[in-house]
Amino acid sequence: MKRKSGVVVAGLVAACPVAAQGAVSAEYKWLTFLVFGVIIALTMFVTYLAARRVKSTAQFYAAGRSVTGIQNGWAIAGDYLSAASFLGIAGLISLYGYDGFMYSVGWLVAYITVLLVIAEPCRNIGKYTLGDILAFRNDPKAAKTLAAVSTITVSIFYLTAQMVGGGVLVKTLIGIDYEVSVVAVGVLMLAYVVFGGMVATTWVQIIKAVLLVSASLLLVFFTWMPYGFSLPGFLQAAVDNPGIQAQVAKLLGDPATAMSAQELGQRFLEPGLYLKNPIDQISLGLALVFGTAGMPHILMRFFTVPTAKDARTSVLWAMGIIGGFYVLTLFLGLGAAMNVGSATISGIDAGGNMAAPLLAQYIGGGADSILGNLFLAFVAAVAFATIVAVVAGLVLASASAMSHDLWVGVIKGAKATQAQEVRAARISSVIVGIIAIVIGILAKGQNVAHLVALAFAVAASSNLPAVLLTLYWKRCNTRGIALGMIVGASSAIGLVLVSPNMTYPNAVRATNEPIVAARTSSIDTANAEMQADPARRAEIEARVTKLTAERAAAQAKIDAVAGQTRSIVGLEAPLIGLKNPGILSIPLGFLCVIFGSLLIREKRSEDMWEELYVRQNTGLHAEAASAH
Amino acid sequence: MSNTDWAHIHAHPKFKELHRRKSRFLWTLMAISVAYYFLLPVGAGYFPELFKQKLWGPMNFGLVFAFSEFLVAWGIAAIYARHANRNFDALAAELQKQFEGSTP
Repeated sequence: MKRKSGVVVAGLVAACPVAAQGAVSAEYKWLTFLVFGVIIALTMFVTYLAARRVKSTAQFYAAGRSVTGIQNGWAIAGDYLSAASFLGIAGLISLYGYDGFMYSVGWLVAYITVLLVIAEPCRNIGKYTLGDILAFRNDPKAAKTLAAVSTITVSIFYLTAQMVGGGVLVKTLIGIDYEVSVVAVGVLMLAYVVFGGMVATTWVQIIKAVLLVSASLLLVFFTWMPYGFSLPGFLQAAVDNPGIQAQVAKLLGDPATAMSAQELGQRFLEPGLYLKNPIDQISLGLALVFGTAGMPHILMRFFTVPTAKDARTSVLWAMGIIGGFYVLTLFLGLGAAMNVGSATISGIDAGGNMAAPLLAQYIGGGADSILGNLFLAFVAAVAFATIVAVVAGLVLASASAMSHDLWVGVIKGAKATQAQEVRAARISSVIVGIIAIVIGILAKGQNVAHLVALAFAVAASSNLPAVLLTLYWKRCNTRGIALGMIVGASSAIGLVLVSPNMTYPNAVRATNEPIVAARTSSIDTANAEMQADPARRAEIEARVTKLTAERAAAQAKIDAVAGQTRSIVGLEAPLIGLKNPGILSIPLGFLCVIFGSLLIREKRSEDMWEELYVRQNTGLHAEAASAH
Repeated sequence: MSNTDWAHIHAHPKFKELHRRKSRFLWTLMAISVAYYFLLPVGAGYFPELFKQKLWGPMNFGLVFAFSEFLVAWGIAAIYARHANRNFDALAAELQKQFEGSTP
């Protein structure tokens, strides 16, 4: 384990001299690595302690069910708040104002479903995995196979987005190579999961959540302080900010010319700058509200606490932390837009992911100050810890599905010793980890942002209907969940494959060819100006460099689809306008579980109903915490 | 474990009471929270003029409504926790006490 962490740090440091320039200037890179080193050392120490405890399956999959409700609440927040939330939502708010904030709400409301109908019943009847819940009254082998396939599918989608996002992020922040950072995230995460199982994963997630919340509180404190912690005062400053007014004018285009500066600023606090299609928003909202409760890595967290009551406590804490965090992102996003400027933020990363790190640098005193760079280093390290913690949870969930559901449950017919199963779980973790690293490297440069939404949509259309109806509907049976899960998942994936999320070569050309032409003519004009007025050479050359870079970016997009006219499923244009499939695939998933169940009666699932329903409500004979 | 008479507990008046109270309460809260949440995208998408209405300085209805989503989510969680801690847990504990012994 020590050797592994050594390799990671060596890899990070070795990459440093050859690295491209990131947001952290070369002069202060040692500071970033120092902060990274401290956080990695801390998590490795925790893993070392955990590794000595992890001998049984209950320890490996469920931390011996001895995590307290409060600890589990922090761990859920650590498992859930991905880099997409921390950097992505702050970024959306810094570029689009109100819509970014609105986007964050669904991620919190999702936990109401978890709290009310999922957490406690699952704790009462489950053991380690989604498969255990579904196998309770359905045919165990069929249910475990379905659950494992679904768990691995959902986790791989989510994992790919995390690995690619993480690689890009670390590259942008500190300039180390994409491949190196993907491997670093993968190896580090594997060290936690393989040696420390759920015990180490839990503590890594808790440490990460505490760091994330502290970093955000610190940033918000200093961002809000100049306005005397007055909300209207802070918002008024945003409205009055010329950078924000310019950003709105840029987003609105022609209609903005008729608006006053105040109107433009106020527009930033109104809906509609980013989210244009309400049906898509409702569809995404459905995927979040029903998908979170079907996410295998979240479900798994409820098996780590001793009782259903602790599961309840953990969701309450998680909701407090997650909700509080999203309120803070409003200040982070608006603060970054005011102090750093939307133009600067989108200049470094088009998605706005650098808003929070750049705000940290500004608050510490700017790019040339040691405190500014310390703050930036801290936020960068927190972002890195965030990715590793989320990825660890996902890998643990998929590995458990492989070892506990598929290998032990289906192949070995539930006959394996504890030691054999723990070994199988460790081997599965390594397999999933390597898959994650390989996919991360292969998917370099792909647009994977929509994979997060797809993971939630699949979980909402496949896992949630199966779990919910297994828990609450007497007639639900194996055929029902099989039909529902297969149709739910494949319709969600199928709808995305024919949606505007895919790359359509003709559309790419139609967007980018005019950009190339426009930049070319601007460059010609600039060169002509330079001939005419040599005194302005330096200024014009800078402009030409920028224009050339923009032309190259557009040309690269055109070259990537050269000779193609169809998307990967052979379409010239999207079949549907919807980017989020939930509004269609979730009802379809539910209907198919109901339809499949009603087709033929199944004796076992009906015989087991009374036991399941009594147990899920009372906690009679629930899996107890193991002594340690 | 297999000797526990689940059907007997399922038919027991105390369990029936727990089931009745819990179902009604849970699904009502669930419906309220989902409905309240979807008012946000629906309102922002179809009633933008309402959302742009200024209430307090630069604070508009949309911002207040988005903040209220957080309060409502936390409020529903608190109501559920309070109710579950007071009512459901006691009933479940009674049932546990009464029937746990039935395991050989």
